[in-house]
Amino acid sequence: MEALRLDGNAAAGLLSEVFAGEVTTAVGTCDSCGAVEAVGAIHVYMAAGTVLRCPHCEAVVMKVVTDGERIWMDLRGLRTLELAS
Amino acid sequence: MEGAAVLGRLNWHVAEVADVWPETDRVKTLALDVEGWPGHRAGQHVDVRLTADDGYQAQRSYSIASPDGGPRVELTVERIDDGEVSPYLTGDAHAGDRFELRGPVGGYFVWDPDPGGPVLLVGGGSGVVPLMAMVRQRTANHDEVPTKLLYSARSWEDVIYRDELGRYGKRGDGLEVVFTLTREQPPDWTGFGRRVDRELLSQVAPPDLSLTLVCGPTPFVEAVAEALVGLGHEPSRIKTERFGPTGG
Repeated sequence: MEALRLDGNAAAGLLSEVFAGEVTTAVGTCDSCGAVEAVGAIHVYMAAGTVLRCPHCEAVVMKVVTDGERIWMDLRGLRTLELAS
Repeated sequence: MEGAAVLGRLNWHVAEVADVWPETDRVKTLALDVEGWPGHRAGQHVDVRLTADDGYQAQRSYSIASPDGGPRVELTVERIDDGEVSPYLTGDAHAGDRFELRGPVGGYFVWDPDPGGPVLLVGGGSGVVPLMAMVRQRTANHDEVPTKLLYSARSWEDVIYRDELGRYGKRGDGLEVVFTLTREQPPDWTGFGRRVDRELLSQVAPPDLSLTLVCGPTPFVEAVAEALVGLGHEPSRIKTERFGPTGG
């Protein structure tokens, strides 16, 4: 599990399909522990889907699945996401 | 600028291979001409997408090795034998070949010319690639921030950019390059010969570090970040870019 851990940078290309602005410098708040981190510092696990976990409490903050035509996002673990406008 | 193009989502570009050269036995650099390339920041990466005749697509991320400048982008790629993309990029790709590329991606792990104090760059294996872009950008910009590059490789033969890095270390412009060779050292080797650990970092890392950027395989990055925090460096001033075994 640990060997498969990446950073938010690794999800940046995928997230750029959704967000217009730069997303790795966007700041997210973990709904589970309240920690505030840049997306670039969030842990990423890639398998059939992409799972982002809080680097402090390891709670899932974002899940993203794509089939090449549509993208599904589960953002339940993310209290807020602050992006440059 | 008000145009939607500025804030538009990243599109796939067509990249044409202009040149390819070997860096080590397993590593090559590809110089690409990318139509409509918007420029980039040192440390950013691109996604490369290959499409087979039957429509099957494989996609991987690669760090940009070159500083920003014009439509040409250099990627340095390590061959992963059972990979889907790197065997093509390091084996079959020749000048004139074309494939799709998306980027630049990622604004978090990037060169900061003025972080307020010394910068430490720590690279493990091909993790040196985005750090090399930063070193080159620093030189191109004439940035004066004191910078140290600590580069861990298995052997001297595995050191990417070794001639260029040797030159950089001697310019007297505030850039210092430190190597550690973890498996095999040349007979006359005077540098470090072991993994990057807390003791090695205590000798190499300036105490007043403003920013550390660490790139390499996940276990390498986590060991380095943990050791730096153990030495009293502020976690928020350590940025990491891990690459995992699923790459290639």
